[in-house]
Amino acid sequence: MAPSSTDRIEKQIVLRAPRARVWRAIASGEELGAWFGVKGLKGWFEPGQRVRGQIANEGYEHLTLELTVEKVEQERLLSWRWHPHAVEPAVDYSQEPTTLVEFRLDEVEGGTRLTLVESGFDQIPAHRRDKAFRMNGEGWAEQLRRVERHVAT
Amino acid sequence: MSRRDRAAAAASLQGAAPVFAALGDGTRLGLVARLCAGGPASISRLTAGSEVTRQAITKHLEVLAEAGLVRGVRRGRERIWELEAAKLDEARRWLDAISAGWDEALERLRKLVEE
Repeated sequence: MAPSSTDRIEKQIVLRAPRARVWRAIASGEELGAWFGVKGLKGWFEPGQRVRGQIANEGYEHLTLELTVEKVEQERLLSWRWHPHAVEPAVDYSQEPTTLVEFRLDEVEGGTRLTLVESGFDQIPAHRRDKAFRMNGEGWAEQLRRVERHVAT
Repeated sequence: MSRRDRAAAAASLQGAAPVFAALGDGTRLGLVARLCAGGPASISRLTAGSEVTRQAITKHLEVLAEAGLVRGVRRGRERIWELEAAKLDEARRWLDAISAGWDEALERLRKLVEE
């Protein structure tokens, strides 16, 4: 059965850098932390390893990043499982299903093609999506109220 | 901001231009705000208390519809207008937020490895 369009996200970019360089950036804790915005990650990732770090992005510093490494195939594939969009510190996500994040590297002319796939969103409980939707809806309404106030004066 | 970031920002801004153009009119902005606050409404309700004619309001709503901001659904003899945003599939929006997060992260990765 083909996965539904709501089940996965897929991204592809070509990076002008050798495969070994890109591999280091995704498979070593320090490097991943640098572009992912996470503090406290160290060393090369190993299959089965549980990784924890502190989110460094402004406004999200109270959050902890947690993931479990699945596959590590040197310079080819790195995958992990985690709880997507786990942005509320009061919520215990540990009993919820996880999504699978996969990074695939291929050598292409001029650099390295990185394919990112995150899948398994259809398994995530509906109330998580509802909440995100309501927050977005209210954000939209609030923006319009501001515009309205602005033009009404 | 890097040149690539600026280019990406400009491109996404350009994509949003029809939306801003559609909203750049007091009457239309008022219509969107009304639909936002009061929910779906018929043309009679939207025209009530306004000095603008029904025909003019319909034209404005059509401009908004073209920009993807509202949509009209025929109910009986009337069309009911509603905000398109409310119609967006919730799972899709959730996924879009996560997808945007990945885009930003991958751009930071690009900066790191291409330096």
